[in-house]
Amino acid sequence: MGFFLEVLIGGLLTGVLYSLVALGFVLIFKASGVFNFAQGAMVLMAGLALVQLIQPTYIGLWHFVGIGALVAAVAGLLVLRVLRGGTFAVVKGDWRVHLPMLVAVGAGLVGGLLALAGGAKGWPLWLAIPAAIAVMVAVAWVVERWVLRPLVNQEGIILFMATLGITFFIDGFSQTIFGSNVYPLNVGLSKDPVFLLESVFDGGILVNQLDISGAIIAGVLVAGLAVFFQKTRIGRALRAVADDHAAAQSVGIPLNWIWFIVWSVAGIVALVAAIVWGSKLGIQFSLTFLALKALPVLILGGFTSVPGAIVGGLLIGAGEKLAEVYFPALTKYVLGTAMPGGIEYWFAYVLALVFLLFRPQGLFGERIIERV
Amino acid sequence: MEKKTFGLAAMALAAAVGLGGTAVPALAQNEQFIPMLSYRTGAYAPNGIPFANGMGDYYRMINARDGGINGVKILFEECETGYATDKGVECYERLKAKGPTGAAFFNPLSTGITFALTEKAPVDKIPIITMGYGRSESRNGAVFPWNFPLLGTYWTAANIAVQHIAKEMGGFDKLKGKKIALVFHDSPYGKEPIPMLTEMSKLLGFELLLLPVTHPGVEQKSQWLQIRQQRPDYVLLWGWGVMNSTSVKEAAAVGYPRDKMLGVWWSGAEPDVLPAGDQAAGYKALMLQHGAGKFPVHADMLKFAVGKDGSQTKPDEADDVLYNRGLVNAMLGVEAIRTAQKKFGNKPLTGEQIRWGLENLDLSEARIKELGFEGALKPLKISCSDHEGTRFGRVQQWDGKQWKVISDWYEGDDKLLAPMVRDISAKYADEKKIAPRDCSKES
Repeated sequence: MGFFLEVLIGGLLTGVLYSLVALGFVLIFKASGVFNFAQGAMVLMAGLALVQLIQPTYIGLWHFVGIGALVAAVAGLLVLRVLRGGTFAVVKGDWRVHLPMLVAVGAGLVGGLLALAGGAKGWPLWLAIPAAIAVMVAVAWVVERWVLRPLVNQEGIILFMATLGITFFIDGFSQTIFGSNVYPLNVGLSKDPVFLLESVFDGGILVNQLDISGAIIAGVLVAGLAVFFQKTRIGRALRAVADDHAAAQSVGIPLNWIWFIVWSVAGIVALVAAIVWGSKLGIQFSLTFLALKALPVLILGGFTSVPGAIVGGLLIGAGEKLAEVYFPALTKYVLGTAMPGGIEYWFAYVLALVFLLFRPQGLFGERIIERV
Repeated sequence: MEKKTFGLAAMALAAAVGLGGTAVPALAQNEQFIPMLSYRTGAYAPNGIPFANGMGDYYRMINARDGGINGVKILFEECETGYATDKGVECYERLKAKGPTGAAFFNPLSTGITFALTEKAPVDKIPIITMGYGRSESRNGAVFPWNFPLLGTYWTAANIAVQHIAKEMGGFDKLKGKKIALVFHDSPYGKEPIPMLTEMSKLLGFELLLLPVTHPGVEQKSQWLQIRQQRPDYVLLWGWGVMNSTSVKEAAAVGYPRDKMLGVWWSGAEPDVLPAGDQAAGYKALMLQHGAGKFPVHADMLKFAVGKDGSQTKPDEADDVLYNRGLVNAMLGVEAIRTAQKKFGNKPLTGEQIRWGLENLDLSEARIKELGFEGALKPLKISCSDHEGTRFGRVQQWDGKQWKVISDWYEGDDKLLAPMVRDISAKYADEKKIAPRDCSKES
């Protein structure tokens, strides 16, 4: 019984970490109807950006300076945009037409010089995290401007294919810039195991502190997203866009700005996932495979539900770990011969498909009825 | 009016960080073409990169120092497989006819790709070198004339691993009633040692616990919770890439002692332990004869290749375990070409002619010293019936900062290995309708 509980709790906590990745998918799907396959790649990019800023000796100095310049340029443009009321619009011929370029180049130069000055030591965490956020905001802007905007009003499948392209681009480009090594990430989260109920079960129930930290972070993130969606003006606009693009546009909600915001938020979620998973595994290319782990979570929980992503993660995590551990014993009992494990990779999908038989929209997904 | 300046600035800055590429020189007639299947991207890149660097640098060094192999320049080209079998086959098809005489040989650096190419090689008459990996039964050159699992197969590795565990426990008789877990990559590579370990478990009376880990190996919680529950006396690790460091971390997470873990020689390099930090201290791994550190050839490597045109190696990484393995692998290929040149002349040779060179490769202790690999390799002699050539290995231990050799040489027990090779290769010959060669008539 103790072992069963240990596997179950371990699975639930792993499932919460899957939910962290699934959340990014849900956010973008809710707001734009785009299934963003690139979420896993965004986790990788966010993690690589963070770890390189903290420890620049992993890459060449000039790469580090380039990142510093990029981060500063993005930050400069964002500040400018906020100061000017969310727009760069000016009358043609006005010198201020060139202001964004001047700000980007100026901030980029300052950022590059700062990076050069701090190149040997790396940045402290309190500075590196906002900088990594700026990198993800830059990614969001590029995606909105150069991929989504030209595809407005296209079929969902075309947008999905575009995100597949983004995935491969980010995967390859990140490795070209940052390399393909495994980079240890230490943000102070304890990795030591704790043992629960030692007086009840022999050896107690082992739970990893890092998994507990991950669960707490996921909880805080979900609460933050709930407040963002329900209580802020932008959140309400996001929900309006999610309900009906055309109607939202007709009442003056700028679709492009909303897409930029939601991709930025998904980028921040990707950074949080990268911090938790990176502390566990190191920042490495395999983080992109987390996207594949998030898929059954989404199938099960529904593509549009934040609570669904959490519950789906819990069910998938617990289900796959229990299946992996007990499958050989079960096959021995049923077939008379024990089949080897190694099933958790595909079992998660089987579990999700079984749920789909009973709830095609997922546990928490919206039931879509189209009248023809 | 929206401005495009943000995009332009971002793209310009992104472009400034620079891109790398491998230039392929133009073909000339007096060149021997050697394809290099490598993986510098993807989940297995941390291990693939140093290996590819070692191989490429050795070819560069031979060209720069000696002007090639007896005057025949080496022309080599990398092809990225990402450790994926389909891409490996695609690279093979693309490169097999390149150069004046086609590909000299292929080093797939993946057991999965090796399985896929084993049936293509006899048709195209191109040898497949699988140094320390591949199909274990392909040691039998009578059935597998085109496969060369030089230096050691996985059956040899499994045999040596059990020898070491027995020695630590005080003798083979002490293994009776003990439990050994095999945590393995769920792929042809990871499954290779199972027949030998099963055979030895029956002979010696230990229980074998099989725990497969799915690609790429970053999710191992279930396996290590089972280890915590079952408490095996030893854990053998048959991983690759990120799976290895994840295993070490998971072992620490469940409190399994690292000094009771023994990795195969593909689980015993710097990328397998460094990401785990202090948690990796005490972890052990087999050595495919050589280890980390410099041997005499490194002086020429640093002088003629490392950091020179085309090399991607940083000088402080030029003696890592997998870099050195790349050197050894490249050297064996070069020496096979040199052997073949003695018979066919100092000119670009075909794959078929180089196959002869491989089958007649004979590296004595004196020749190994001359080549600058003294202390890293045992003498090696390939023959028609033995494409492995030598069956020695050692054990190293990570002390938290570096690998240290902790054992003397072990030799694979041929009383167990030879019959298994004979039986399973005969079965393969039956299935594929292959008429084995008569090795007594081969020269």
